[in-house]
Amino acid sequence: MRITTAACLLFITFASQAKTWIVDQRKTITSIQKAIALASFGDTIRVMPGLYREGNLIVKKTLALIGVDYPVLDGENKYEIFTVTGKNILISGFKLINTGRGSIDDISGISAVQTKGLIVRNNKFENTFFGIHLANSSKSLIENNTLRANAEAEYQIGNGIHAWKCDSLNIRNNDIAGHRDGIYFEFVTHSRIEKNFSHGNMRYGLHFMFSHHDEYVANTFRNNGAGVAVMYTQDVNMIGNRFENNWGSSSYGLLLKDIRDSRIEGNLFAKNTVSIFMDGSSRCHFEKNVFRESGWAVKIQANCDENIFKANSFLSNTFDMATNGSLVLNKVDYNYWDNYQGYDLNKDGIGDLPFHPVSLYSMVVEKMPSSIVLWRSFLVYLLDRSEKVVPSITPESLKDSHPVMKNYDYHF
Amino acid sequence: MMKIAKYVAYDIIRNRFVLLYTLFLLIVTGSMYSLDSDAGKSTLSLLNIILLVVPLVSVIFTTMHFFNSYEFIELLLSQPVNREKVFISEFLSVALALSFAFIIGVALPTVLLANSAAAVYLIFSGVLLTFVFVSLASLASVLTRDKAKGIGIALLFWIYFTLIYDGLILYVIYSFSDYPLEKVTLLLSSLNPVDLARIVILLKLDISALMGYTGAFYQNFFGSSTGAIYAFLLLLAWIIIPLWIALRKFIRKDI
Repeated sequence: MRITTAACLLFITFASQAKTWIVDQRKTITSIQKAIALASFGDTIRVMPGLYREGNLIVKKTLALIGVDYPVLDGENKYEIFTVTGKNILISGFKLINTGRGSIDDISGISAVQTKGLIVRNNKFENTFFGIHLANSSKSLIENNTLRANAEAEYQIGNGIHAWKCDSLNIRNNDIAGHRDGIYFEFVTHSRIEKNFSHGNMRYGLHFMFSHHDEYVANTFRNNGAGVAVMYTQDVNMIGNRFENNWGSSSYGLLLKDIRDSRIEGNLFAKNTVSIFMDGSSRCHFEKNVFRESGWAVKIQANCDENIFKANSFLSNTFDMATNGSLVLNKVDYNYWDNYQGYDLNKDGIGDLPFHPVSLYSMVVEKMPSSIVLWRSFLVYLLDRSEKVVPSITPESLKDSHPVMKNYDYHF
Repeated sequence: MMKIAKYVAYDIIRNRFVLLYTLFLLIVTGSMYSLDSDAGKSTLSLLNIILLVVPLVSVIFTTMHFFNSYEFIELLLSQPVNREKVFISEFLSVALALSFAFIIGVALPTVLLANSAAAVYLIFSGVLLTFVFVSLASLASVLTRDKAKGIGIALLFWIYFTLIYDGLILYVIYSFSDYPLEKVTLLLSSLNPVDLARIVILLKLDISALMGYTGAFYQNFFGSSTGAIYAFLLLLAWIIIPLWIALRKFIRKDI
């Protein structure tokens, strides 16, 4: 049965030719497979509620697939559900469950290969191996999806949203939990990740590799196995994100490895073992961030250079900064430190004495982790004090020459 | 025994030292909580007080009190009273008086102003540390007849447990830093009552820094009920063993 309604015409670019196909288990077209085969370029397929066990659905033409009231597509723990290639394809309103698993193939809820203008919107993913897998695609929008998996080990599960060799993606408002990496980017350029909530993933909430000129804004990363990792990349803007509750020995709020020319601005780092860990990174700007209740607010390896920390707030951290060498090529200025004990005689709001954020004992702990057992003992207090008076081990040049006296008023 | 304890307690209250100590703790605790809006931070500052001041006051007061009431003890022993009873009641009344001061000075404001799991641990450890150091000071008092020497030995105990012992641990960690030391440091530090109290409280407070590998290891141990019981039993041992040795010495002592 072919029904063409005026309302559906609005969805489609080629209005004059486009038709709408309805898949309903009680009507003539009972399977999505069949509808896809019948439909031609630019048509819309509306799928009515029900449970569909159709194996792998291959979409190779421009179609709009719209689920009504979340029809369930079941991969029966064997199949990939959607395999998509082509231009301007829309997949919206489905519930995708139980994809197959594989150690060679990246079996996904939706796998997009060489697509352009793909839109994946308002879908629910449950127990998928990979949620959404994009390869060699561009100008795509992934929006308002919910992804849930419950793997017990990293090797059992794929990533929530996985993008490889893509360009100009927009990933917005997704809620991802229980995967290996919440969002994974490899060779992805000019893309934007916005307002996503990535939590409880096995490895990283967000994982960036070789992905230049991207930005991620206003996301929340909470309780992930190892936090967020950004590696081997240049020109990334990380703005207004929340990095929270990443606890564990190799867990970081944000891990920066070989990053260049990036901006980290207005983020909140709270309750992480290490809020920022930097290794081999250069020319990054850290501004207006808040670091609170972390074990180490910033661990900066001596191989980082020309980074600038300005106007950040450091509150209730056990150690504000730690480093592993005496050579310091980074600039720290105009931050607020709640551990600062200096004074401000001329009342210009800037402390008259420089603040040394690296304490002696943080260097000791860096070298011998088990010495954390003596933290906050009288002995350590004496050591830190005497080092403050006559610095000999801590890097003398790592200091904030203009520590502000009053906390910045950043709101989150 | 109750009668003797009652007289000793009366004597302690009369000499005002405990009253001053209570007042001092009360002022310090009150000002800590009113100075800093972050209750967690105030609790941390209080931790330093408890780990340093409580043991120090306990050892000094106990030895002073013991030597000052030496004549009273002599008088008691000339009567048909059991030596054991005299000594235990001396110990109990001093320890209870100091604990009472601690509870009013620290525990009360803490519970009222910043009640948390860490605060409960803090109060518990404070009371136990008071008992431990009163017990150690009692040992120091019976070891010698000379008052100055007795106080010296008691202070030595204090400085050993708050400072020297940690230095030794740091030295061990430094010398054997190539080896996995988690279990060794756990054992070594738990053998010092001050360290033990500090770690137990810290695990409730500074959790993130301690959540590195070593920290996670401690967290696993002391966070479990076995760990809590272990810590409690060790502190109890630190009360009972010195007291027992002191008691044996006191019974055999030629006064």
